[in-house]
Amino acid sequence: MPAIKSLEELKRVREEALQKKKMKATPGNVQVIVAMGTCGIAAGARDTMKSVLSFIESNSLSGITVTQTGCIGMCEQEPIMQVVIGDQPKVVYGKVNAEVAEQIMKQHVQNGIPVKDYVLPL
Amino acid sequence: MIKKRAMVLVSNDPESIRLGANEIVQHLNEALVTYGIQDEVDVSTVSDVNHSNILPLVVVYPEAVVYGPVKASDVRYLVEEHLYKGRVVDDLLAPPKMLTGQIGWLRGHKGYNPAEHRIVLERAGRIDPENIEEYITANGYEALGKVLSEMTPESVIEVVEKSGLQGRGGAGFPTGRKWKFVRAAQGSKKYIVCNADESEPGTFKDRIVLEGDPHVIIESMAIAAYAIGADEGYIYIRGEYGLAYRRLEKAILQAREFGFLGKNIFGTEFNFDIHIHAGAGAYVCGEETALLESLEGKRGEPRSRPPYPVTKGLWNKPTSVNNVETLANIPAIVRNGAEWYRSIGTPSSPGTKVYTIMGNVNFSGVIEVPMGVTLREVINIYAKGMKPGSTLKLAQTGGSSGSIIPAVLQDTPMDFESFRKAGVSLGSGALLICDQNTCIVDLVKVLLQFFRFESCGKCTPCRVGTQRSYEIVDRISKGQGKLEELDTLLELAAEMERASNCGLGQTATVPIRDMLKHFRTEVEAHIRSGSCPTGICEMAQEVEKV
Ligand SMILES: Cc1cc2nc3c(=O)[nH]c(=O)nc-3n(C[C@H](O)[C@H](O)[C@H](O)COP(=O)(O)O)c2cc1C
Repeated sequence: MPAIKSLEELKRVREEALQKKKMKATPGNVQVIVAMGTCGIAAGARDTMKSVLSFIESNSLSGITVTQTGCIGMCEQEPIMQVVIGDQPKVVYGKVNAEVAEQIMKQHVQNGIPVKDYVLPL
Repeated sequence: MIKKRAMVLVSNDPESIRLGANEIVQHLNEALVTYGIQDEVDVSTVSDVNHSNILPLVVVYPEAVVYGPVKASDVRYLVEEHLYKGRVVDDLLAPPKMLTGQIGWLRGHKGYNPAEHRIVLERAGRIDPENIEEYITANGYEALGKVLSEMTPESVIEVVEKSGLQGRGGAGFPTGRKWKFVRAAQGSKKYIVCNADESEPGTFKDRIVLEGDPHVIIESMAIAAYAIGADEGYIYIRGEYGLAYRRLEKAILQAREFGFLGKNIFGTEFNFDIHIHAGAGAYVCGEETALLESLEGKRGEPRSRPPYPVTKGLWNKPTSVNNVETLANIPAIVRNGAEWYRSIGTPSSPGTKVYTIMGNVNFSGVIEVPMGVTLREVINIYAKGMKPGSTLKLAQTGGSSGSIIPAVLQDTPMDFESFRKAGVSLGSGALLICDQNTCIVDLVKVLLQFFRFESCGKCTPCRVGTQRSYEIVDRISKGQGKLEELDTLLELAAEMERASNCGLGQTATVPIRDMLKHFRTEVEAHIRSGSCPTGICEMAQEVEKV
């Protein structure tokens, strides 16, 4: 990456990054975002993450981006996990341990039905 | 007990009362009973709203819908429509212009969750903190680019000064003025230091920024450096913040790669780079001069001032020390302007404040709301009320050296000026909310235990004062206190405030003073009858009656 030398270049880089982001939000693509702040990790977000990754692997799924984010302030609800399917609005889940993560992967990511019991009302 | 789901505030300044605010409150309470929702909705009042043409105001939370002017005869309909059926009554809405006054206004928001106003925490929890591109898509580094290509250092300082931003590290010093001092100070080598020590117990707001949005600190430090004339910066981070440290390290590497740190940033003459330094777990190292000593590799003890860091800071060079939350406001201020910033919060304390909420409430966590929001609003709306069976007895604002506010003061707007007037300190923004089962003596004893442990020992008033104060309060908690020792506590406090070398000793007295100001009867009960009214304190087996 060559250094950005002007506001115009920054804007171009931003456009490209936005484009990339949009690509992620196209039909057929799924984003799974696990909150990995200290509170999330303390509540077991690493296991949540592992469970998501191993589910993807053992089911040979494709088109799923798994990323992380920080704490959003609702530390009591950690581990928090968001699922965005295509261009649909994101669904935010709370208290997602490894088993719940697997359930979400199975029911929501694979079959499109959100796991209501764990959805956080935002 | 049913959880409160809504809160209604009625303005009660003299003008509103003249126009019938009291009747409105009465009608509200009646209508709530009529619809059987009196247990779900809290009614309270708010003063200093400053809108003479639309008074009385009725504000409904959590949606933050503002109605005004409201007549007593409108109330029943309003309750039926908005509170019972959940429909906003358009006809009664206050004109949608910016509301001002001595209280903070929350943004309207439809939905379940209360209206927050996020500037500092705008991106935390929403972007991937380890990916610089996600920060860039959220307008990241645009402010730095704008500053370097379109603004002079003086004009940057001017914007920050005009925005009215005050330091969020505890002291509330105007940030623009601090930068001005450093810019004006003699010398060609200057430093910007980010205070990320966050050593205040119960506070973790800075960590959320550092972990969730590290680039905003890099960007704002670069802006600050340009403004004050520095080419080097340090982040002094709490030793326990391992994850934040690693994310910052990663972010710095990415920023260098993209050319936001290093030489000729944005193709200009401006050079700047950042080092990170982890603290070793001393509370006092959050105090800026102790922090600088520690950065220099010395024992973390506060310096004598003057000279202040703005003229003689790190390695004796002019230095601006700024808190994480303070800095996190900067890019948004540069992008949107001082006017925009001033439109949030109150006239004397613009902007937002991040609070860490904990205690006997239904929700604990971190929120960001406009300055001037009241404690009642925070508890009822954001903390989703007190835990079942709990009623508010007191709250401590601002961490261990923060004020202890009794429930009667919960309607004081939380901003620098109102708090100063009420003799309360906003501190770091920790909000410890305690119910009727909290014993004031026990609470203060725990705080003093912390201070006597954390006093660095350099100056006598603090070293000995915190110890002696602790011993007295400890005796009171064991039923061995004497009434005259309460005077000794106040004498000690006066000496500590007058003669301590730094804020630690100067403010360790705040909880003691508040205890004696607001809860003296309870303290005296421990002494007079040798018993703890809340049954928390362990009384000595055999109490000698005075
Ligand atoms: C005992 C003590 C501890 C402090 N701890 C912190 C801290 O952890 N973080 C912080 O930003 N400021 C802390 N401060 C305040 C700093 O001395 C200083 O005022 C602040 O970093 C300035 O930044 P600001 O202008 O952005 O608020 C502490 C002060 C004292 C007296």
